[in-house]
Amino acid sequence: MEQLEKFRQDTREWLEANCPPTMRTPMASEDDTVWGGRKATYKNPEAKLWLDRMASRGWTVPTWPKAYGGGGLTKDENQILQSELRRIKARSPLSSFGIWMLGPALLEYASEEQKQKFLPPIVRGEIRWCQGYSEPGAGSDLAGLQTKAEDKGDHYLVNGQKIWTSYADKADWIFCLVRTDSTKKHDGISFLLFDMDSPGVEARPISMISGASPFCETFFTDVKVPKSHLVGELNKGWTIAKRLLQHERDMISGMGLGSGVGSSASLESLAKDYFGESNGKVASAALREHIVQQKMDGKAFALTLQRTTEEAKAGQGMGAASSIFKYYGTELNKRRYELMLEIMGTQGLGWTGEGFTDQEIGVTRSWLRSKGNSIEGGTSEVQLNVVAKRVLNLPD
Amino acid sequence: MALVLTEEQQLLRDTATQFFQERAPIANLRKLRDTKDADGFDRAVWKEMADLGFAGILTSEKYGGTDFGPVGLGLVLEQSGRTLAASPLVSTVLVCGSAVQLAGSATQRQDILSAIAAGEIIMALALEEGAHHNPTHITTKAVAEGNAFRITGSKTFVLDGHVADKLIVAARTSGDVNAKSGITLFIIDAKAKGVTITRTLMVDNRNAANITFDNVSVAPDAVLGSVDGGSDVIEQVLDIARIGLAAEMLGSIQEVFDTTVVYLKERKQFGVPIGSFQALKHRIADLFAEIELCRSVVLDALSALEARRNDVPLIASLAKARLSDTARRMTNEGLQMRGGMGMTDQFDIGLFMKRARVAAATFGDANFHRDRYATLEGF
Repeated sequence: MEQLEKFRQDTREWLEANCPPTMRTPMASEDDTVWGGRKATYKNPEAKLWLDRMASRGWTVPTWPKAYGGGGLTKDENQILQSELRRIKARSPLSSFGIWMLGPALLEYASEEQKQKFLPPIVRGEIRWCQGYSEPGAGSDLAGLQTKAEDKGDHYLVNGQKIWTSYADKADWIFCLVRTDSTKKHDGISFLLFDMDSPGVEARPISMISGASPFCETFFTDVKVPKSHLVGELNKGWTIAKRLLQHERDMISGMGLGSGVGSSASLESLAKDYFGESNGKVASAALREHIVQQKMDGKAFALTLQRTTEEAKAGQGMGAASSIFKYYGTELNKRRYELMLEIMGTQGLGWTGEGFTDQEIGVTRSWLRSKGNSIEGGTSEVQLNVVAKRVLNLPD
Repeated sequence: MALVLTEEQQLLRDTATQFFQERAPIANLRKLRDTKDADGFDRAVWKEMADLGFAGILTSEKYGGTDFGPVGLGLVLEQSGRTLAASPLVSTVLVCGSAVQLAGSATQRQDILSAIAAGEIIMALALEEGAHHNPTHITTKAVAEGNAFRITGSKTFVLDGHVADKLIVAARTSGDVNAKSGITLFIIDAKAKGVTITRTLMVDNRNAANITFDNVSVAPDAVLGSVDGGSDVIEQVLDIARIGLAAEMLGSIQEVFDTTVVYLKERKQFGVPIGSFQALKHRIADLFAEIELCRSVVLDALSALEARRNDVPLIASLAKARLSDTARRMTNEGLQMRGGMGMTDQFDIGLFMKRARVAAATFGDANFHRDRYATLEGF
């Protein structure tokens, strides 16, 4: 206990001395997010300073082992660090698929040499990763993927196409599922890592309904990949892929949902602004009914997240409840944006320019973006299938 | 916030589970119904519940209770919901016991709480006056005569009113018919002169009563709490009862869900179990998600009561609304998924459906509580 108190004291002092003032303010827009990588640009130099300082202590990944550049903190110490970060409202120093998805998989499945090579640059934000999973013909049926890696003696030769590759145009490396045996389905998939600067790699951004282009089509034509970049055993990549998907779902149902414009706005205040009020109530009774239902759903879901955390702390393990998070959380978020749009009326239907506030335009774009929540990382329908099969044991 | 059970609470839950399955299975409810039992519940079973300490679960040891607290009571109610066990637990322990605990004089507590804990007395709250829950709409009048009162009016849907030994009556001593202030609670004998009790058999085979009070004479010491100040007591008591009913509904919902999943695996059509059809899988998986939310809400509501948190009214409405809605949906889906057999009296699903509707309507349905939630949240 005393040691932890000392840790809190030291941490607080270090953060006070090292977290730059502008990093203690809320992010103003999406492009304030620090993703790192070779192509990174920093419009605010303090963001780079904050990243470097946190990385020097391994605190971009507080619980990873020190041997790979992590902070080596215990769970208790990490909780203290997080609460101290919240206390000063510090921004996250680094957002990264390397941290959220690839890193945990490498720690579990990679060779010692691979861990030494790939983990430290993730910690320092030097290499930005993207995920090569979905293909035009392999969405929900991900294991049907066809991108091929042929054994050419000292290297693999990769040919094929990926789609929905998030930020492929900005990433330095890709973790990629490839087919190494076409006679089997799940047991013919391998997990490869390669540089996006390799000859034969091309990423083309896709224009989305929100007007943004965070996703790419990614083409591979005779891309040479050293054999040492295969993670785990040949044809055993599906095991790694599945574990990684779990991390992805946690990411989408947890932090991913809180990031849209207006995601923390009060629905009832918004409704009173746009509709007016009578006797303290939202003027439209029908709208008030929708708002209260949304709020009650949100509260019930928040309590369920809390219950699961408490059960895990009490050593009762991740209960079955966690299987519903991705499904329920994303559907709830979609309903919330639909409701915000209804509340704003035609002010919520502007695309650009005069006549609309930044907030209004932002909500509209986030409403469109939210539609992808229940598709990416396993559709709602796939999530329900998983519950039916794994939790309820219903027959195929 | 304690959303995880302690070892002691888990033990209590296991005791309750075993008790209701062995001593108050659904077959008991059918027997009470088919024999047209005058009480509508089994007095021997109620005595056993008292002996196990269930009746005194909210009562301190000073009055012979076990003082397991709201979370403990919730666990017992949840298990009672699994077997649709009919008992005066809600009317006598949750509602009237809580009212006496909260507002009773030393003498009233001494007389009543120990009798409730011992299972020796049944009590009922005479509150409602119309088909919809409206705890401040009180036209029943109590007119002062010196220090005494005379009560005149009529009440409806008085749970267990047909078997109650004593009634707690909400009557108006001042103010207009919808005023929050001016309501006074009285404890009166069910056999008092001028009290007429008519049993109303409800669709869930449980009983309530319509009760008329014709110039019923009441002594000054019958007042529970303060004159004109009954509303605050009623609100607190109702929230306890709403949360308790939500716990009971959680048990019923879980039971219907579990048996429905079994049915989906057993029932075959087109040569395969119907649970292999995605049309049904997605609906039952969605219900699974909904029930996980219900469980979190009920546990939080019970621990809010236990910790005397100031958001009890809000969380009580959240629980009552959500569980009422889900109980309706689960019983509707449970029936549909059983096909024609779900329509037969032989299957239990109909019994669960009927109980779900009465429990939902008791002390405010989902509409009432959504409206209340919004009002409490300031919009």
